[in-house]
Amino acid sequence: MRYIGQRLGFYLLAAWVALTLNFFLPRLMPGDPATALFARFRGRLNPEAMQALRETFGLTDASLLGQYWTYLRHAVRGDFGLSIAYFPSPVADVIGTALLWTIFLAGTAVVVSFVIGTLLGVAAAWWRRGWMDTWLPSILVFLGAFPYFWLAMLLLYVLGYSLGWFPLGHAYGDDLVPGLSVTFLADIVRHAALPIGTVVLVTLGGWMLSMRNTMIAVLGSDYVNLARAKGLSPSRVALRYAARNALLPSVTGFGMALGYVLGGSLLTEIVFSYPGQGYLLVQAVRNQDYPLMQGIFLVITLAVLGANLLVDILYLWLDPRTRESAS
Amino acid sequence: MSGQAPAGATGIAAWWDAIRRDRKAAIGALLVAVFIAIGLVGPWLVADPTDLVGMPLQPPSWEHWLGTTGQGQDVLAQMVAGTRPTLAIGFGVGIAVVLIGALVGVAAGYFGGRVDALLSLLINVFLVIPGLPLAIVIAAYLPSGPLTLGLVLTVTGWAWNARVLRAQTLAQRRRDFVAAAVVAGESEWRIITREILPTMTSLLVAQVIGSTVYAIGAQVGLEFLGLGNVSAVTWGTNLYWAQNDSALLTGAWWTFAPTGLCVALVGFGLTMLNSGFDEITNPRLSLERAWRAFLAARGQEPTRSTPVVAGDV
Repeated sequence: MRYIGQRLGFYLLAAWVALTLNFFLPRLMPGDPATALFARFRGRLNPEAMQALRETFGLTDASLLGQYWTYLRHAVRGDFGLSIAYFPSPVADVIGTALLWTIFLAGTAVVVSFVIGTLLGVAAAWWRRGWMDTWLPSILVFLGAFPYFWLAMLLLYVLGYSLGWFPLGHAYGDDLVPGLSVTFLADIVRHAALPIGTVVLVTLGGWMLSMRNTMIAVLGSDYVNLARAKGLSPSRVALRYAARNALLPSVTGFGMALGYVLGGSLLTEIVFSYPGQGYLLVQAVRNQDYPLMQGIFLVITLAVLGANLLVDILYLWLDPRTRESAS
Repeated sequence: MSGQAPAGATGIAAWWDAIRRDRKAAIGALLVAVFIAIGLVGPWLVADPTDLVGMPLQPPSWEHWLGTTGQGQDVLAQMVAGTRPTLAIGFGVGIAVVLIGALVGVAAGYFGGRVDALLSLLINVFLVIPGLPLAIVIAAYLPSGPLTLGLVLTVTGWAWNARVLRAQTLAQRRRDFVAAAVVAGESEWRIITREILPTMTSLLVAQVIGSTVYAIGAQVGLEFLGLGNVSAVTWGTNLYWAQNDSALLTGAWWTFAPTGLCVALVGFGLTMLNSGFDEITNPRLSLERAWRAFLAARGQEPTRSTPVVAGDV
């Protein structure tokens, strides 16, 4: 319990740092951000929007500390102000649906990549120096050298544009009404297949190599030799005995990967015009919609921190040693 | 032994010798050298990349080897001209990130106690906050340009190096030669810069190369999102314009394929150079290689056993 408390404290601190960065960054901009924005949107921004903007940035006559305090109170309540591009919708509403798409896309990609990569790692370690051990990692590492979004563009060009196997973008077809129908769900899967596939392709190598390396170490340990000597079937030794313990370091990496993919998914979303957080974030930057931009950054950060906390709890449950040292 | 530099060769000569002997490192060094050469002399070999030279979106031809962009500029000229700014930021950030990482990491590892607790906390916070979104938010507030890109990439990239260097310093701190230096009354600054840092030279070089790969990739990614100076000619902005002009929907593969290939080749070359260095400077890998060669020479299959080779280590 103390361990979880420590981790929780750390994530709260990280969240506070992100909030504070968010507060001070606009104040680094030369001049007053609201006035600068107003000048930029000359004629297109009405006075009410201007007032809302000033309040969003906390640019009241209060002292800096007072503004900071108001900002923190609002943030805790999930109040990130009003969006400029989608005025007068609150930022929280604009983010809502986009967040679901991102979590679906990034979550599925990480889980699929983790499962396939780990199984490949087990296979590579079991048949060491086989073709899977010598060729596959090199190919995957070579793929990893390409800029991710470029590889995604290339695959979209070949599989989507030239061969026409996959749709060229968006989360579902324009002609469909969202609902819980089979056609709609099938369409979502069809649209998500290529974006998820590209993320899996570039992240697979890391999982495979880390699993392979720990698995080789575990395969040399006494209890695995004993299991073999007892005459247990190879699949049982490989999966139930060795792989279970070799999995632990990969689980630690899982939290980091989730953060990496959640953050990196914005490139995926841009290439595939997928209506998630990243797509929204880049639109917000192009429209100079600062309140929306700040809200998205905070939401992505909080999602990453939450995912990390979940992995910490999972780790506690998987590895009894952490439980013993904690109590 | 085969994996070691000949006695007497030190510093740059030893590195040079090692690169030449390892095939991976040699290929990597060659690739990187070619691109650095293009970056240095390239802009004089091609016409002004912003000139409108023909019809938009023409496929490759004799006149324009890599076709034209959506605005009718020469793709080859843009690619060549984009090399210099891209590599300059890449190497600049690569060095800056390792310098900051070394400063924070070595201080944390050497001083320990409260200093370590505080700096480690800082490192971990920066590791857990997602880098790309943070980079985008910072870049959005600052005037776009190479300086902003460099700053943003440095802020989001130093923490990993700091963590590795902290661990390495912790290990070195306990060694006898550091204790001897302390007893001899050397100043802390001297112990850090003259005793501890030199033992990490190969690690630092590897980190600079690895960070440069990161910096080039992240920089191209940010510019692709439109966060660089979009009127400048760099690899990232080339890709930004290709995407903006709907290169994919019109099938104009030549506007994005060559530039991306350049990014990949530089990254691949640097990674090869790095893994080559690793083979040379990591005694365990060279021992294992010697052991396998030894077994193969006797006509035996290399097995899972750990190589134990007599001799002083």
